[in-house]
Amino acid sequence: MKRSNTVIIGAGQTGLAMSRELSKRSINHVILERGKIANSWRKERWDSLRLLTPNWMNGLPGAPYLGRDPEGYMPVNEFADDLTGFAAANRAPVKEETSVLGVSPFGVGYRVQTDQGAIDCENVVVATGAASRTSRPSFAQDLSANITQLSPLDYKRPNDLPPGRVLVVGASASGTQIAREIHNSGRDVTIAVGEHFRVPRSYRDADILSWMEITGRWGDRYDEVEDLDRQRGVPSLQLTGQAGTNPLDLNALQDIGVEIVGRMAGVRDNTVMFSGSLANVCAAADLKMNRLLKGFDDWAHENGLFDKVDACDRPARTRVPHAPRLSIDLGREGFGTVIWATGYRPDHSWIDLPVFDRKGRIRHDGGIVSPGLYVMGLPFLRQRKSTFIDGAANDARDLANHLTRNLGLIKAA
Amino acid sequence: MNVQSKANTANNGVNVQALLDARDALSQAPAAAQFTWRAATEWQNGVHSRSTIEGFFGLGEEHKHRKAFTIDADHPAEFAASDNGPTPVEIVLSGLGSCLASGVASVAQNRGIQLRSVTAFVEGDMDLYGILGIDADVRNGFTAIRVRFEVDADATDDEIAAVVAQSQKRSAVFDLITNPSNVSVSVA
Repeated sequence: MKRSNTVIIGAGQTGLAMSRELSKRSINHVILERGKIANSWRKERWDSLRLLTPNWMNGLPGAPYLGRDPEGYMPVNEFADDLTGFAAANRAPVKEETSVLGVSPFGVGYRVQTDQGAIDCENVVVATGAASRTSRPSFAQDLSANITQLSPLDYKRPNDLPPGRVLVVGASASGTQIAREIHNSGRDVTIAVGEHFRVPRSYRDADILSWMEITGRWGDRYDEVEDLDRQRGVPSLQLTGQAGTNPLDLNALQDIGVEIVGRMAGVRDNTVMFSGSLANVCAAADLKMNRLLKGFDDWAHENGLFDKVDACDRPARTRVPHAPRLSIDLGREGFGTVIWATGYRPDHSWIDLPVFDRKGRIRHDGGIVSPGLYVMGLPFLRQRKSTFIDGAANDARDLANHLTRNLGLIKAA
Repeated sequence: MNVQSKANTANNGVNVQALLDARDALSQAPAAAQFTWRAATEWQNGVHSRSTIEGFFGLGEEHKHRKAFTIDADHPAEFAASDNGPTPVEIVLSGLGSCLASGVASVAQNRGIQLRSVTAFVEGDMDLYGILGIDADVRNGFTAIRVRFEVDADATDDEIAAVVAQSQKRSAVFDLITNPSNVSVSVA
């Protein structure tokens, strides 16, 4: 039986950031990775995807971005290479090709069972990310077997799709990007639109995430915001890793000929049905976007910068078709593919501990699940940016501090 | 601070604190949140019927309204009927208007917005070729539904629009009109 003080599960940005913090504190640990370092960045993203954060936000702890394009958006494989270099530079003790099969209580700590044997430890850090599986509605199983069903985790490129029209379900960052790419490859695309978080890529000549950062919203803490549950469920920003002139929103998609319909509401006999709520979800998204942008204007006023930044360039309101279609008979209309861009969920099914709520979500207080058990990289874990690359450093430091204090308590007892 | 002081002064007659307390309590007791609503509809004569609404189930037990309410439904003279009440589809429209109006009042109160008047004008378009069986491609139900709100309140246009948007997001009737529901009908 192997032993390690701490087992980190997952060698992505959060797991590697935590490893660096533990190494600084001379805490013996190992990182288990089911594939290679940055596995999901390499294996579970589509080819053309670029990071949604500008490069100046894509530095790693102690290794800020030093490239020539701080305002650009790097391809994900470039970032995956950065992670591999980061792990090497920090001599991170990564065991690749090691899948965790279970985590259960053992003595005062935990036993981590892997396909390479078991490891006993005092602490476990779950750093497998927030996007291990897609969250599909239950009626996905009612679609005919003739329809190819994909998600952003297994979609790679338009050429791989079977012939026919494509229905993209979900209009957040993944759905809108994939809809545009497939449409531009020469196919008919329909996108089903539920609640979404519309934001322009840039506002008053600055990246929207620069505004988030400079106005302090980006670093909002989990114990300081109202209604944390709601904040943790907010859909991803409707963004693409591409600079300002070519916005990606529902107007832009309609301009190139993508059909928009309401939230997908059900399937009957291979006819998919859409909610009649499209007008409201678009109106609500516009109102919410304008509140956010007004907050930035107010900040500029308060800081005497209002005249120094470019004039307002509020995006036009979302155009909603007069009578969006409420149903589509997929077979009759020649649809071959449905892509579920309906959000992601972590996969913690291998944790054999009573730490889940009634919806199967891991319960945690800012990443602290129970003594010696930590989780990282979930939406608004400790900060609004916890799921983003530049959120990893603070969360790793805070949780490593907690872990160290906890070790001290165990030793003192 | 501003929001807080507004919240304390706005009074739309909605006990928001009770609603928020109920939300907190029910989030710890999912079984208690399971409600069943009922209506009993008795045919009168012709296309005239009378629905009685009294009991409902929720919070783990049976409840009764303060009294039994009745709603008559009929059709107007243009349908060769006796017009003892609104048509069922008009009752559905009134249900949508009532649900959205109550949502507006609650959301406004929660956001500290004092309402002076709120009116929802609800319209539903229907092609009778559907219910009369003239054209199988025409649906029975509404081909379009429009709601126009007139709101007089201490708030900006955007704030009012946001309240109206939120009332749709949290409306049961809006949901059941805009989304399909499974309906099972049996004969005892």
